[in-house]
Amino acid sequence: MKARFRFALAAGALGLLMTAPFMLAALLLYAEARDVERAVFAGFLVPRLPLVVVVAVMGLIAGMVALRGLFRPYAQDLPRMAETMRLMLGANRNFRVALEGPPEIRDLARAANDLAQQRDELLLDVETRIGQARATVEEEKNRLAALMSELALGVVVCNLDGRILLYNSRARLQFKALAQGPTSMSGGALIGLGRSIFSILERGQITHALENIQQRLHKGSAEPTANFITSTRTGQLLRAQMAPVIAPTAEAERAPQVTGYVLTIENITRSFEREAERDQALQSLTDGSRAALANIRAAVETLVDSPEMEADYRERFMRVIADETSAMSGRLEATMSRFADALKTRWPLEDVLGIDILAAAARRIEDRLQLPIKNEDQDVTLWMRVDSFALIQAITFLASRLRDDYAIRELRLRLCAEGKMVFVDLIWSGTPVSSETLYTWELEPMNVGAETSPLTLRDVIDRHGGEIWYQRDKAAHNAFFRIVLPAAAMPEAQAVDQAQHLRSDSRPEYYDFDLFAARDAEGSGIDPDRRLTDLVYSVFDTETTGLEPASGDEIIQMGAVRIVNNRLLRQEIFDQLVDPVIPLKPEGMLVHGITEAMLNGQPRLDAVLPAFHEFCAETVLVAHNAAFDMRFLQLKEASLGVRFTQPVLDTLLLSAVIHPSQESHSLESIAERLGISVIGRHTALGDAYVTGEVFLKMIPLLADMGILTLRQALDAARQTWFARVKY
Amino acid sequence: MSHRILIVDDEPNIVISLEYLMKKEGFQVAVATNGEAALQQATGFAPDLILLDIMMPKKSGFEICQALRADPALAAVKIIILTAKGRETEIAKGLALGADAYITKPFSTKDLVLRIKSLLA
Repeated sequence: MKARFRFALAAGALGLLMTAPFMLAALLLYAEARDVERAVFAGFLVPRLPLVVVVAVMGLIAGMVALRGLFRPYAQDLPRMAETMRLMLGANRNFRVALEGPPEIRDLARAANDLAQQRDELLLDVETRIGQARATVEEEKNRLAALMSELALGVVVCNLDGRILLYNSRARLQFKALAQGPTSMSGGALIGLGRSIFSILERGQITHALENIQQRLHKGSAEPTANFITSTRTGQLLRAQMAPVIAPTAEAERAPQVTGYVLTIENITRSFEREAERDQALQSLTDGSRAALANIRAAVETLVDSPEMEADYRERFMRVIADETSAMSGRLEATMSRFADALKTRWPLEDVLGIDILAAAARRIEDRLQLPIKNEDQDVTLWMRVDSFALIQAITFLASRLRDDYAIRELRLRLCAEGKMVFVDLIWSGTPVSSETLYTWELEPMNVGAETSPLTLRDVIDRHGGEIWYQRDKAAHNAFFRIVLPAAAMPEAQAVDQAQHLRSDSRPEYYDFDLFAARDAEGSGIDPDRRLTDLVYSVFDTETTGLEPASGDEIIQMGAVRIVNNRLLRQEIFDQLVDPVIPLKPEGMLVHGITEAMLNGQPRLDAVLPAFHEFCAETVLVAHNAAFDMRFLQLKEASLGVRFTQPVLDTLLLSAVIHPSQESHSLESIAERLGISVIGRHTALGDAYVTGEVFLKMIPLLADMGILTLRQALDAARQTWFARVKY
Repeated sequence: MSHRILIVDDEPNIVISLEYLMKKEGFQVAVATNGEAALQQATGFAPDLILLDIMMPKKSGFEICQALRADPALAAVKIIILTAKGRETEIAKGLALGADAYITKPFSTKDLVLRIKSLLA
């Protein structure tokens, strides 16, 4: 606008300059001339006036054209040059201003390039030094990575919100093996940086283990770790150990601050099966032998003590002995052969303070069932050896059945001991329960409300080597369930002196990852006012049979990659060919290089799209020319029952926001402008990679323009889109 | 008057010894091989003492014990649990449910007889 106004001004001045001297001269001459001369002059000039005007106007036009030619480089090339220079400033350091236009502008360009050159040299120097420093850090990290990948255990590190900050390849493999159905396409269940651990493990168990750890830390325990067993949807058994990650605190005395936790995970399905077998073997050996031995012993003793016994009675006793001894040998053989390959693994029972369990159970019952709980005679010194999660589940389950089936209004919890046994009593007054009822409850899965458990009460009791029964106390007019559990030795003694060790500086070196400084990259409902740098993105691309989804074109390939914490995660990808069910078009095959043969046997979109939906849950979608891809997705939403409701950012529109004067906003040109080398284009995943890198380069450029949050980016993109549509 | 003893066990190989032993000691003996029969005999035969096995098909000894103790008419009957289940917790359960004695298999016949006599004395 400004340039145009100035040009108009200049044109006006030019016109004035060209005509004014002649007019002035003519006026002066006219004023000095006599009447006769004036008449002659007028007579001469007036008929020829049009010619003069035409010449003057043509002169003016010629002048303006010349002026415009001179003016243009300054009005148009300079802004473009400014844009290029800004590019050199930020996104692409190696970019240089083109030497075009008049000598002055070329000079300016040369000077700018020289400045850039000098800056590059300086930067290079700084970078080399930073690089050296970083290499040392990198080496440390690599050492840790190597260590982690060598581990036979799966390791996952999470922050307190349950977001995964680190995992090793073993953990990935373990969860991949568990993946079923759509998740197996996303390359290994839903483990990924920034993703929630709760999509893999049960939230209740994690929170419970974490509570246990906090409690132990609070008491200065030497080993603030917790174990639990969990079963997955596919029926696999995982054993997890949780250890807290403790933030360095200024003073040693202050309570340690837990900022996250490390989970070591082991699939124990097979060893557990063996364990069950071993138990069975042991059981049949002991209980089975007891009975047989009793039969033999009774028979032998009777025979010895009864010399007067009649012959046919004696015969029957002998047969009992013969039968039982041969049966016992057979059983011994059979058990031993089965026992041979059974490994020794156990449910990880841990030593806990009895009242802690009761307190946790009471909280849970009051929480879930709104049933008031009272304490009665709780021995605060008792420790027991239990799987605390399962035990609390069992107590809650009993409480819920009592409330639902017998309408009890209050439950009292008692804790006492006898020898090596700890008794946990659930006491209520009023309605008695029949013993048969307890027997049926024992065999039901312990479901409380929406919470389900594959275990039965009997499983839990057996797992502890405990017992449960129903008893009435007629004198006190109440009834109770008694759970008997093994007592544990008090583990207090050693705890205190090792607690110091825990808080000192002797933590392993390889903890110096900056993980816990990472802001919570969560995304349950994406907040549009979060900064672009803080969000998690799924950058995706699709290949299709053609350009018209409405007239039957279909998706044949989907590729996506995640961006977490400003990093493109090249391992966390979605890469899937899709059987479009319709024939491919030859012109399409030239672009994407996918043939009918490659699509044979691939899953159809009705299987792929839900998997993709799960892959990009809770993330912002990013695509180049997103409108095109989204049209394909949205057309399928209704029929496949998935909806993509998350915000979508389009790198094409964002490029137009950043560089409005550039002519091309194709992915290639943008990549070139931003200094990204393009490899493997025109596969969905390859394009997604390029788009992702482009997007990462754009974030700081947008920030320079004051576009910091997701909302601002969406607004800016919308405005350019309208601008383009209007245009 | 001789005491009456009810043997509740589903295994003939132990029943034969117990029956012979009890008869030899001069007791009147009845045998039940399952829970239903045991509860019937408990009133029909009116035993002074019951030798009760735990592991039986259908109804376990624990359940029979509890059912017997729920009947006030049978309050005086002595119950000895005689079983291959020898864990501490199971013993505690047996005694809590009202058994007078809990003897784990294998046992000495002499001790068993002594125990019975002392309970009936």
